Amino acid sequence: MDSQSLFFSLELVAGSGNTLNVEQRAALQTSLVILQKNYKFQRVLLWGKVLGLKADYFIAQGRGEDEMKDRKNLYSLNCVDWFLLPPATVPLIDQVSSAAKGRFTGDPSHVYEHRDIRRRGDGDEEEEVVTKVNEEIRLAVTVHHIEEEVSVVPRGAFVKSPHGLVQINRSFCGLSYSESGKLDSFLHFSEPKNLKKKSLLETSQLNPAIDFLDVLSDDIPKGSWSLQFECGSKVCVLRSLLWLGLTFYHLPMTPQHGYIYIGDGAKNLDLAFML
Amino acid sequence: MERKQDSSEGTLQAVALLKTTMLKQSSKSGLNLNPAADKVMVDSRKLRSTGLHSDVSMKDTPTELELTENVCTLAHISVKLSYSYDHLTRVLIKVMDEQPQDVVDVIEDISRDVKRALFEDKQSILRDLPQTTAAELLAEQQRPLFSRPENNEQEDELQQETPLPNVSEIAFYLEQAGVGLGREEMQRIFLALKQLVESQELLCCRLWGKILGTVSSYIVAEAECREGEEEEEPISDEAAEEEERETETQESDENEMDPLPQSTYKPPPVVPKEPIGTGTNKCVYYVCKEPGLPWVKLPSVSPAQIAAARQIRKFFNGKLEAPVNSYPPFPGNEANYLRAQIARISAGTQVSPQGFFQTGEEEGDEEDEAPRDSYEVNSDFEGVPVNEMAESLSTWVHHGHHILPQGRCIWINMAVNSEDLNEEGEAEEKEEPDEPEPEVGPPLLTPLSQDVEMFNTPPWTSKMSSTLTPQHAVAVLRSNLWPGAFAYACGGKKFENIYVGWGLKYAGEGYSPPLPPQPQREYPSDSEITEALDPSLEEEQALKEVLEEQQDAQEELEDTDEEDEDDG
Repeated sequence: MDSQSLFFSLELVAGSGNTLNVEQRAALQTSLVILQKNYKFQRVLLWGKVLGLKADYFIAQGRGEDEMKDRKNLYSLNCVDWFLLPPATVPLIDQVSSAAKGRFTGDPSHVYEHRDIRRRGDGDEEEEVVTKVNEEIRLAVTVHHIEEEVSVVPRGAFVKSPHGLVQINRSFCGLSYSESGKLDSFLHFSEPKNLKKKSLLETSQLNPAIDFLDVLSDDIPKGSWSLQFECGSKVCVLRSLLWLGLTFYHLPMTPQHGYIYIGDGAKNLDLAFML
Repeated sequence: MERKQDSSEGTLQAVALLKTTMLKQSSKSGLNLNPAADKVMVDSRKLRSTGLHSDVSMKDTPTELELTENVCTLAHISVKLSYSYDHLTRVLIKVMDEQPQDVVDVIEDISRDVKRALFEDKQSILRDLPQTTAAELLAEQQRPLFSRPENNEQEDELQQETPLPNVSEIAFYLEQAGVGLGREEMQRIFLALKQLVESQELLCCRLWGKILGTVSSYIVAEAECREGEEEEEPISDEAAEEEERETETQESDENEMDPLPQSTYKPPPVVPKEPIGTGTNKCVYYVCKEPGLPWVKLPSVSPAQIAAARQIRKFFNGKLEAPVNSYPPFPGNEANYLRAQIARISAGTQVSPQGFFQTGEEEGDEEDEAPRDSYEVNSDFEGVPVNEMAESLSTWVHHGHHILPQGRCIWINMAVNSEDLNEEGEAEEKEEPDEPEPEVGPPLLTPLSQDVEMFNTPPWTSKMSSTLTPQHAVAVLRSNLWPGAFAYACGGKKFENIYVGWGLKYAGEGYSPPLPPQPQREYPSDSEITEALDPSLEEEQALKEVLEEQQDAQEELEDTDEEDEDDG
């Protein structure tokens, strides 16, 4: 959620139980301004908090001109000192998926080790492969996965220019109440995967400037989102059941929207049993 | 097809005509005509000369006779065009009324204005259908929360001790700990709790927490039940049904000549519920979906439900009556499932600073084995410093009963119980069951440092709420086994537990549902049923010889016997 609207938007997502305390909020208001200046970001978002066993990571996201591609993630343990997270590349993702297990510890230099015994082609020769990954990289990969899979924006909040630049739609004035009660008014804010597979008939209704993202209602399995109206039925709140802890809010009829992840950084792999 | 062509032709002509008249107007006002416009004019004249002439006399459009003629021609072309005809008339009248300087430039605007004027007139007839939104309905329902009681007993209320907890204060400390439901929401819950306390006349009430569901969430309040109050439950339906079934089968046995084979399966005896006020049913729980909506009392929990809840992993839906579709099947609906999870969470995460509570029996040395099942507030408790509470887990103790694998807090010997139930049971059965090992859990008020580590994860995380001002910070405890369970302790004697989450236990590396039980054997496998190889001829002959030999031997024996008798 945007650092500018932090002082009221945290209240709106508090229905999930997790908030930030006053000290952290005050610290964020100060440090995020400095962060924006130092890294020359267009805007800074408080992305969320990953709960560790000993300490928690606060994650901020800086966005450049292109809201989709110019993103940088930073983490902090005390809401004041921010460190850049490395970009999640494919080899890093592979390493993390094989080595990292269990909960986050809260120490960025904690090393996860995984020993794998592979057999060479002829059979008898055994080779031990040790994958080592530190928690900072795991954090970067986890943030990347969450961004990829469950970051949400309301339809129309961002426009894509003919040059491919994705920017905030200044004339977006919010979904109506009836629209915000439906999952197809919300889009994944990541590179689309299903859009190209759609038939001509389906895409004929779409507006290429707005509908350049995947729709939430196409997600598999069905029912991986919980949509509710909270705070006296005035705020539309979406919770991901795949990544428990991701909460999105949107005030219908206003351009206010945002999401935050406060959770233990584990994907809910048991979702299929739980619906 | 023809018609369509007609109309499209008509429109074209209409446009041409319009252009003509406009040009005429503009020429009148001194503009030069360009050749294209001339052409249009010629075209339109041709049109008129081709015999589409009209004798329909139009309403008197003033002054310009030619104009009227044009429009009349247009009217004649197609009846379908009546709308555009009307529109054109209006546009032209407007043009002539206003006599603007450059009609060609503004004709589109004039046309649009005319259309809009028409539309606005019509719109005033339609009224907005007032629709009640969910927000309005909820606001109506929440309105009574904010109404002040009229009677003047407030002074008395202030003096006497109230069962209502100070939720605002709790919310303040919880916010320090990074937990909360939003300040306004907390205030609403506070008022709703007040309503609950007043309507149910509870002795003690506490905000237990909130359980999130996929459609709506539950706000849970915990209350201590009054003594002597028993839940009036209809005699458990299942048992009654079973009895009925038995009687039915007996009757049918008498009637039928050839009774169907009876199932030899006997269900294991049902572990009885704990009575209200003890163990898992120590407290009663009320839930509501939104503050202001009515509170619903949850049914008491049975050991079978707890056992089933341990094996399944399901999200809550948000409807209390909804069935729980799961494997293994859950006995009951979502209200029972919710109650079972609440019991489990309470048992696992209700903690307090060590020394705040003390066990009831002080001379308990003699009966050390008996589980201590009651505690009372220690009046001499001094309070533990916050930094100590944040550092070591041994300063915290469980004050919730551990639930045994049986699904009860206090172990009950089922072997003894079943004998009592069917006294007519054969004597053999009585000897059979070995005396089962009683299940023992950790006693009440066990320090958290003795909790078992599961999935290589320490069960609790403790820290200070603030690193900058530790002098006034709050010690925060977060459960890792039940994500969403928190406890705080501050200053001397203030502490509170809350749970806000999905009502699910941490399952480590993924959950795997229990396998279905082995299928029942169709028949007992013994020698009579098993298939054997047919004997060969040699084997049969060998068998025959053996049999004959035996016979001979027997006959010989008999002969000797007879001889003996003869001798005798």
